[in-house]
Amino acid sequence: MFPAKIWREFPQRYRLEAAKCKKCGKTFFPPRLVCNSCFHREFESIKLPWEGTLVTYTIIRTPPSSFSDQAPYAVGIIEVVPGLKITCQIVDVDLDKLASGQKLFLEFRLIQKDGKQGVLCYGYKAVPVADYNS
Amino acid sequence: MREVAVIGIGMTKWGECWKSSLRDLFVEAALKAMDDAGIAQIDSLYVGCMSGGLFNGQEHIGPLMADYLGVCPVPAVRVESACASGGVAFRQAYMEVACGMSDIVLAGGVEKMTDVDGSEATYALGTAADQEYESFHGITFPGLYALIARVYMQKYGITSQDMAAVPVKNHAHGLKNPNAQFQRAITIEEVLHSSMVADPLHLLDCSPITDGAAAVILCPLEKAKSLSQKRPVKILGSAHATDSIALHDRKQIEFFASAAIASKKAFAQAKIGPESVNLVEVHDCFSIAEICALESMGFFAPGQAGKAAGQGITALGGKLPVNVSGGLKSKGHPVGATGIAQIIELVEQLRNEAGQRQVQNAKIGLAQNMGGTAASSVVHILEAC
Repeated sequence: MFPAKIWREFPQRYRLEAAKCKKCGKTFFPPRLVCNSCFHREFESIKLPWEGTLVTYTIIRTPPSSFSDQAPYAVGIIEVVPGLKITCQIVDVDLDKLASGQKLFLEFRLIQKDGKQGVLCYGYKAVPVADYNS
Repeated sequence: MREVAVIGIGMTKWGECWKSSLRDLFVEAALKAMDDAGIAQIDSLYVGCMSGGLFNGQEHIGPLMADYLGVCPVPAVRVESACASGGVAFRQAYMEVACGMSDIVLAGGVEKMTDVDGSEATYALGTAADQEYESFHGITFPGLYALIARVYMQKYGITSQDMAAVPVKNHAHGLKNPNAQFQRAITIEEVLHSSMVADPLHLLDCSPITDGAAAVILCPLEKAKSLSQKRPVKILGSAHATDSIALHDRKQIEFFASAAIASKKAFAQAKIGPESVNLVEVHDCFSIAEICALESMGFFAPGQAGKAAGQGITALGGKLPVNVSGGLKSKGHPVGATGIAQIIELVEQLRNEAGQRQVQNAKIGLAQNMGGTAASSVVHILEAC
């Protein structure tokens, strides 16, 4: 696998860089070339907060080949800013204690090893807020 | 635009077809469809196939199938729209006949999924989601529909038991379909005790990995009687719509906007509403998908389809029979062929040739086929002539 496939996603996976439409203000993650709301083409680069609210989740018990050593693991949809949601794993959590509506922090973590060369792919995963207090 | 009819149908037995290759499956179905119509030649060929590349290492499937069907040099192209590939192939054929470019067009679909192991198949199917922002994080298709199921269940107070009535119903239907992969009845308890694939979806909430092919022949309605002895079935409406590729980009996760828009357009073309439809084939890749698709297309109010299967409303003999073929769950889901097989079920029903699973007085049927988490939906409405 060519490293370019991995490193061109660094701004999003490492820094949560999003794009805010300069005309209507709609925010996109990942950034787009054209706004799907007002069709404007100029954007301001912004960074999303490293936290959000769990909208829905599942526990993957039959994983795809690239995640076969990780199952079972939780994946959820997390609202990061109002109207903007992302999908990622939820880790360091008791799988029985997940609940829609709970607050989560996002952390920089190893996601998977890509391709036959096993290029390490990093990105964001969610962890429960409570772990920070304990 | 010309009116278009379906005059021939054919499909292979679906299941784990170890002895048949990708091309064997397709050609068998295509020949059955041509024989059914009573025609010897076609003008053009569409092949719905999601991932010949990942499942079989084979691309360029259009000419491969034209070659082995013995119809070269007719134009032939593979159509890909994930699990909606078959439905979209049918729509391409419909448009080609309707606009007058061709008279006799074969629309088929095929998938040969058992040449790879389960985790590779899970990966291949996962490519229908956003590879960089969904699949990258380890979500699978059962996982994505599980995310939808949890939202729906929490919003409307539906239980796993309510949802399990969907596959129980579809297996009861599939029992009467000789081409179905699973011809056996299942119970609510079996669904609930089957292994968890992606909470809250159990194994028996999920459609299976299947090998199979299906094909139909389309022609102008005005020529149907002279070309074929078979009772023609008219295409009343055809529409296709898209939505965000990523599930997390939807405002309402449990609402399939692509199905809503495609069905609205198809109903407008057909000049009818949901109340005129006698039977529906919907894309029940997972139990929750049948529920959400029925609501999104206006057959049930939001929150009402979740208990419809349990109440018998959507069973054969009920007010609105849904997936009398057995659906994807029992009939099987060779992804590229599924949309075509839905059309075949409607044609058999509208010809009054569906045997044990015949819907009485079936005049109008609707098929909804979707790709990904309803990032694409294609809807067709057919009428008996």
